[in-house]
Amino acid sequence: MTPGLIYALVGIVLFVLAAGGVILLTHPVRRILAFNLMGSGVFLVLVGLAQRDGQADPVPQAMVLTGIVVSVAATALALALARRLAAGDGDA
Amino acid sequence: MPDAAYDPLAWLIVLPLTWAALAFVLGPGKGSGLAILGLTAQNALALALAAEILERGGRVHAVGGWGAPLGIDLVVDGLSMVMLLLTQTLTLALAIYARAYFAQDRRDQSTRFWPLSGFLVAAMNALLLAADLFNLYVTLELMGLAAVGLVAAGGGAARVAAALRYLLVSLTASGAYLLGVALVYAVYGTVALAPLPTLIGTDPPLAFGLAAALMLAGLAAKTALFPFHFWLPPAHGGASAPVSALLSALVVKASFYLILRLWPDIFAPLGQTAAWGLGGLGAAAILWGSWQAIHANRLKMLVAWSTVAQLGYLFLIFPLLAPDGVALQAGVMQAVAHGLAKAAMFTAVGVLIHATGCDTVDGLTGVASQLPLTLFAFALAGVTLMGLPPSGGFLAKWLLIDAALKNGHWGWIVLVISGGLLAAVYVFRVLRQAFLVTSEPCRLHPVPRRMEWVAFGLAAASMMTGLRAVEIMALLRVAAP
Repeated sequence: MTPGLIYALVGIVLFVLAAGGVILLTHPVRRILAFNLMGSGVFLVLVGLAQRDGQADPVPQAMVLTGIVVSVAATALALALARRLAAGDGDA
Repeated sequence: MPDAAYDPLAWLIVLPLTWAALAFVLGPGKGSGLAILGLTAQNALALALAAEILERGGRVHAVGGWGAPLGIDLVVDGLSMVMLLLTQTLTLALAIYARAYFAQDRRDQSTRFWPLSGFLVAAMNALLLAADLFNLYVTLELMGLAAVGLVAAGGGAARVAAALRYLLVSLTASGAYLLGVALVYAVYGTVALAPLPTLIGTDPPLAFGLAAALMLAGLAAKTALFPFHFWLPPAHGGASAPVSALLSALVVKASFYLILRLWPDIFAPLGQTAAWGLGGLGAAAILWGSWQAIHANRLKMLVAWSTVAQLGYLFLIFPLLAPDGVALQAGVMQAVAHGLAKAAMFTAVGVLIHATGCDTVDGLTGVASQLPLTLFAFALAGVTLMGLPPSGGFLAKWLLIDAALKNGHWGWIVLVISGGLLAAVYVFRVLRQAFLVTSEPCRLHPVPRRMEWVAFGLAAASMMTGLRAVEIMALLRVAAP
């Protein structure tokens, strides 16, 4: 088993755990954190499998960078919504 | 091929980004004129592009002159062109409606409507033109973020809660899609759509099956396929009228377009089980969505549940897809007809709610005599949803039945017809209430005529697609380069 494959498998485990979190948790902030973890799982898979024959492949790394930008934007939007929900409802 | 700097393929993405950014700089509530101007130009571009590819076939645009492995390619073919035309037409009509709507409704100041809708259209056009799996992910995510912003804009706690739920479903779904893309890259070392079919071949490895299943599940959740539909009614039913129309008519179609686009190359290797699974869920969506629409109290919830039902038809085509392309035509026709009809319905309902001041079906008593044009628009849109001739909905269902007959699937025919009957029940529930005669006619708020005419125009267009389907079918046959 190569280190790359170990990273990828850990990534998949993280993804599954976090997807469960997004679906099963109720508190908005916990769900947003779980979503971030999910993203990290996917990025681990991408980077882990990117090392072909010991050489780094730049394409998945570029994808991960783009993915991080998207997930930062999504997290910001989700947190803004969660804040407005908490301000409006009190206990949400 | 035209000069790269004037290529409509690029401008269809750059234009909406430009007017959206300008509208943002202008400040809250401003920029409607810019948006309408930009959208008119986009319509002209889309029509020119359609004429061009009808003559010379689909083509590629290398953004910035870089080309595929290093840069980003944009590709247009018949399927994406039909969806592009639908997107530009609908957004222009809805922009004209929204301008009047937001000028009227002081309570409902969706202050950031114009920039957000611009970003939404840009993302949508980019998605329709994207040529690799990863760009599809990025555009899908951009579209989702803009849509969530639109749902949340200007609204109270219920709207924000619906938006947050929509966002989390959307993010989870695109997370699954992205994991699928990562696995595809791990197996084949590319995410470009063009070389994938030959690489995949006839006997793909297990990891590819997992990737395809993840991508399909993510896209189905984004399209609100039963049982992933739960986020749609509160989000679409709770937003302001132009936003509901935009989301129900267009945004859910984008992920359906993706499933359709990726089906032959990526999802078909999953086999007939996946096709019948989607078909079965579509059937359940038709029945459950119609049932909920029949029992909905609030007008907008009724229309939103009807979207869940109508999306079901889109998935009936997957077990029937064959080289003759009848099922594909049925799916695209249903997407176009439902897009126009649902936009008409939400805009008409927006007029009714604004005029009566309440959003329940019971509150409509007697409005038919005072808002005949809007009621007519609602009824025409209803005719398309029921699938009566000569509407676009009729043609879609006719093609669907034709494809089902060729394959000997009688169950589908029963389903399509009973779905039409269920649609008739919820449409006539609204019409009956509106035509009731009351002794004391209610006092209605004045509504700008323009809003009524947009609703009517959209409804009429949904009827006309049934009569002008030859052009759509000809366009659909244009192959990718």
